[in-house]
Amino acid sequence: MNRPARLHRTLRVLFALLGASQAVRAGDDQRGPDLALLPKYKQECAACHVAFPPGMLPADSWRRLLNNLPNHYGTDASQDAATLNQLAAWLSANAGTYKRVREAPPEDRVTKSAWFIRKHDEVPAGVWKRPAVKSASNCSACHTQADQGNFDERTVRIPR
Amino acid sequence: MTRSILIRLASAALLAALGTATRAATPADLQAAYGAQSTTAAAPDRGQQLFTNRHGREWSCASCHGAVPTQPGKHASTGKPIAPLAPAFNPERFADAAKTEKWFRRNCNDVMGRECSPIEKADVISWLRTLK
Repeated sequence: MNRPARLHRTLRVLFALLGASQAVRAGDDQRGPDLALLPKYKQECAACHVAFPPGMLPADSWRRLLNNLPNHYGTDASQDAATLNQLAAWLSANAGTYKRVREAPPEDRVTKSAWFIRKHDEVPAGVWKRPAVKSASNCSACHTQADQGNFDERTVRIPR
Repeated sequence: MTRSILIRLASAALLAALGTATRAATPADLQAAYGAQSTTAAAPDRGQQLFTNRHGREWSCASCHGAVPTQPGKHASTGKPIAPLAPAFNPERFADAAKTEKWFRRNCNDVMGRECSPIEKADVISWLRTLK
């Protein structure tokens, strides 16, 4: 192999590695473990589902969700005005802004985001239907540390 | 006359209890406060019926809390575990008037498509208190 060709190959490998590490960072950068959850957010929102890290949705999605809590995906999740204001301030300050999250997903659902679908593309369809999983929004069925905002692949245990 | 004064006093007491978000209460207090807004006494069997009936819709209270909520339940749509509802098995239940009122408001709406009346709330609490 001549010199420029080898250099070219080395560069390609380097860029591929760099790209891969960026992709992992981008995927994992949901302001998960680093961001302390607002106690009110945890108390009010994590009663029914996992406390989705605010960085998983753009500010527009959070705003729409908060404006429609009495009809929250089929349930009444209404809040008093004071709580609503607190949640709105915190969620908009911590909403996702980097490119994969900037665009609102269909129905403002985390689980319909392109990055979410891509990240889970190796999970067989049947797994989602297992009684212990039940729903794609039941993060902690498999992500054993989801309640602490940790979605690292190493903490995943898929129930039988 | 005496009765209407009593009801008015009890309503005032309930409003005072509900107005303070973090005031500690007991399940018996809350049942009494709701019951005082009705002329009939709370009945555990009516509470159980309300709890397990689907009211012509998709869910009953039991869909998420379990038919006998002395054990953890599971949210009917998200699958998230729900701590036991019977106060003897979970001291955090019915210990806060505002929290109790908030969840009755939301969950009665989800299950029945309307708010529960004070006597319905008293019935449910009275049944849950019988679970030991």
